[in-house]
Amino acid sequence: MLSMVLKRLMLAVPSLIGVVIVTFLLTRALPGDPAAYFAGPAATKEAIEQIRTKLGLDQPLPVQFVGYVKDLARGDMGSALTTGQPVATEIRARLPASAELTLVGLIFSILVAVPLGILAATRPNSLIDHACRIVSTAGVSLPVFFTGLVLVYIFYYLLGYAPAPLGRLDVFYSAPPPVTGFYLIDSIVAGDWEVFTASLKQLVLPALTLGIFSLAPIARMTRASMLAVLASDFVRTARASGLSPFTVIFTYAFRNAMLPVITTLGMVFSFLLGANVLVEKVFAWPGIGSYAVEALIASDFAPVQGFVLTMAVMYVALNLLIDIFYGLIDPRMRIEA
Amino acid sequence: MKRRDFLKTAAAAGAASVLPAPAVWSPAKAQSRQETLLVVSESGPNNVDIHGVGTNVPGYEVSWNCYDRLISHEMKTLPNGVQYYDRDKFKMELAEDMNVGDMSATFKLRKDAKFQDGTPVTAQDVKWSLDRAVTVGGFPTFQMRAGSLEKPEQFVVVDDHTIRVDFIRKDRLTIPDLAVIVPCVINSGLVKKHANDKDPWGMEYTKQNTAGSGAYKLTRWTPGSEVVLERNDAWNLAAQPQIRRIIWRMVPSAGNRRALLERGDADISYELPNKDFVELRDAGKLTVVSTPFSNGTQYIGMNVTKPPFDNLKVRQAVAYAIPYQKIMDAALYGLAKPMFGAPADAPTQVAWPHAHKYNTDIAKAKQLLAEAGYPNGFETTISFDLGFATVNEPLCVLLQESLALIGIKAEINKIPGANWRTELNKKVLPLYTNVFSGWLDYPEYFFIWCYHGRNSIFNTMSYVSPTMDAFIDGAGAAASSGNTVDYERNVKGFVDLAFTDIPRIPLFQPFSNVAMQKNVSGYQYWFHRRLDYRTLVKA
Repeated sequence: MLSMVLKRLMLAVPSLIGVVIVTFLLTRALPGDPAAYFAGPAATKEAIEQIRTKLGLDQPLPVQFVGYVKDLARGDMGSALTTGQPVATEIRARLPASAELTLVGLIFSILVAVPLGILAATRPNSLIDHACRIVSTAGVSLPVFFTGLVLVYIFYYLLGYAPAPLGRLDVFYSAPPPVTGFYLIDSIVAGDWEVFTASLKQLVLPALTLGIFSLAPIARMTRASMLAVLASDFVRTARASGLSPFTVIFTYAFRNAMLPVITTLGMVFSFLLGANVLVEKVFAWPGIGSYAVEALIASDFAPVQGFVLTMAVMYVALNLLIDIFYGLIDPRMRIEA
Repeated sequence: MKRRDFLKTAAAAGAASVLPAPAVWSPAKAQSRQETLLVVSESGPNNVDIHGVGTNVPGYEVSWNCYDRLISHEMKTLPNGVQYYDRDKFKMELAEDMNVGDMSATFKLRKDAKFQDGTPVTAQDVKWSLDRAVTVGGFPTFQMRAGSLEKPEQFVVVDDHTIRVDFIRKDRLTIPDLAVIVPCVINSGLVKKHANDKDPWGMEYTKQNTAGSGAYKLTRWTPGSEVVLERNDAWNLAAQPQIRRIIWRMVPSAGNRRALLERGDADISYELPNKDFVELRDAGKLTVVSTPFSNGTQYIGMNVTKPPFDNLKVRQAVAYAIPYQKIMDAALYGLAKPMFGAPADAPTQVAWPHAHKYNTDIAKAKQLLAEAGYPNGFETTISFDLGFATVNEPLCVLLQESLALIGIKAEINKIPGANWRTELNKKVLPLYTNVFSGWLDYPEYFFIWCYHGRNSIFNTMSYVSPTMDAFIDGAGAAASSGNTVDYERNVKGFVDLAFTDIPRIPLFQPFSNVAMQKNVSGYQYWFHRRLDYRTLVKA
């Protein structure tokens, strides 16, 4: 197991180097001019040139790149111009917000999609199967910002059940002392149930939005994979041996059907992190997605590079985690590794 | 039970039942809404020091409220009841007396003014701050230069409480330029502690911390999501502000900002699309204040250095082809002041912005285009800034339709906000729409930026005319020497010339729109168009 982890980590090094080079070049290839953007509304050409020199953007590209790599080696990702803060600090502060939202969204999605998929597979072409198809198709075809705005409109504006879409906490609460950066966990650690409830309330709508969006791949994959497994010989044997339907479905079929679902979950998680961008905009959620987009709009290089790099590292870690999970679920994987 | 009541009861119950626990364990106190103002806007500051590199406009708002200046402006009441800054009347802020001489102005400082850390405000602090503004480069330095404030030697400490500003030339804009946001007075003792050789002006410190004497201080700032300002109770330059805490949240979605206002959760917001403001105003649940941008217009610009727009008749044809009224109705929902269609016999005013006499007249436009040698029209592009797409996009589509009627086939070129200034700076866009508004509300100030042969970035048309320059320079000189007759002649001269040569076609004066709850009052319109928290009152 350990050697597999090490081997996977080694393999990740070239891709990370590639990411560093490509993001650097891509951000430089953006058409905008950060110096002109940040020179302000009344800037003259000289003012823009002064700012360009201050930002070091008048240096040739290779010099800028060497400087960037040197800083990166020291863990310094540079400073964002849009927010004025060091990128590393910002990402550290914002990543938990995005991760918490994505995880809660994913958990919701799993809780709905997996049972739905299993039910649909055990009763193909029944009412529940069609319902599963409709729900997942509708979920994936509605753009997230639309679902988000509709939910806000109904549950906040019309009904008043949901709290104001003002980010992670209502204005009149302050954040729990940071331990993990996840408000739900931190507030439990602090024993502060009021904040726990408040942050949970804030989470419901955005997590629902994300969850609805990701129902489709999980439900469809569960259904397809369950159907395949249920049609296989060993399930027939189990049934013929007179095992209860519950044992057949959960002990025999579901465990075997889980592998492709886990792979899908990995993919869904990474693509939810991307879909986050729009949800964060709608719910004023202080996550890394909105941070990166704002930076991109302003041609602010450092945060974009930092964001892509963080995402790359997270993908590598996530894939590693999934591989380890495989081993736990399916002993055959362990042997091959 | 409503949520607000619930919060109140919960807070009261919490306070009554629980003994004061260590602060770490009870950070979630629901705070009284009464003394707190919740502001929501699209974007927040990137730097709280207006002298910083690339400080954005929301950053100006923090600076305005957290720092004091030597002088400021009095307010006047507009016919619609809005409090509007009075360009011509100055109010003492940190200064208690201003004595303007022939070639210098002397300011006596208030002796009881203190910075937020308790140290007194001295003339040395004022000099250090003004030196900083003219030295650091970028926007602050250029703004200072607009009022002929260029060198540190101009600022002389007479004694601890007296500072003299020497003029390098006579300029009517010098004193007004001391009342804008840039010449704020910074606690030099505090900032110097955080300065070093690489950063002699302590810019890294002031980027994140306010070091002023102002009525508010920055207590929490999460870039991109929240700014919290607390009242400085020791502030004594005017009546104590009523609002104790400002919570300013960034809500990127305009629809949600509107929902927050309508549900009564947010107290005040601006930067909403015009359509929303009109609907909010008509619904009558909120107070909506619309005020024209001082000294600002949105216009159609044309690059006069290249064909076809180097031809006066082509420019006139465009001016007759613009669907002015449709733009007012469909793109702006009426929330703007028209700058077109003045009666043919209306005399030129000594004022700017000023309505021109062009109207939509397609037949005349066609005829002018034929006379110019383009009977079949030509192809071009209309560019606009996507950052302001809610107005710009419908505007450009209407213009495109109208130009097609006279044979001009225009393609629409949408430019992202980040690139807009770069593109303007290249001065190659043939036809575009843009907004310019000057902080200092003087016609010649606008014209120096936008029409003068110095060709600043805002002379987007690259318009150069010696006659125009003579009028603009003449007006500046006449204003400084107090020669009213000469001044008026020159201003009328450049306004007339701007309309006969028509390198840019003014469309309208945009409105600055603010929506607030009915229990919020005391809004003031300032030249910078941001909020002044000091006078806001929540009933």
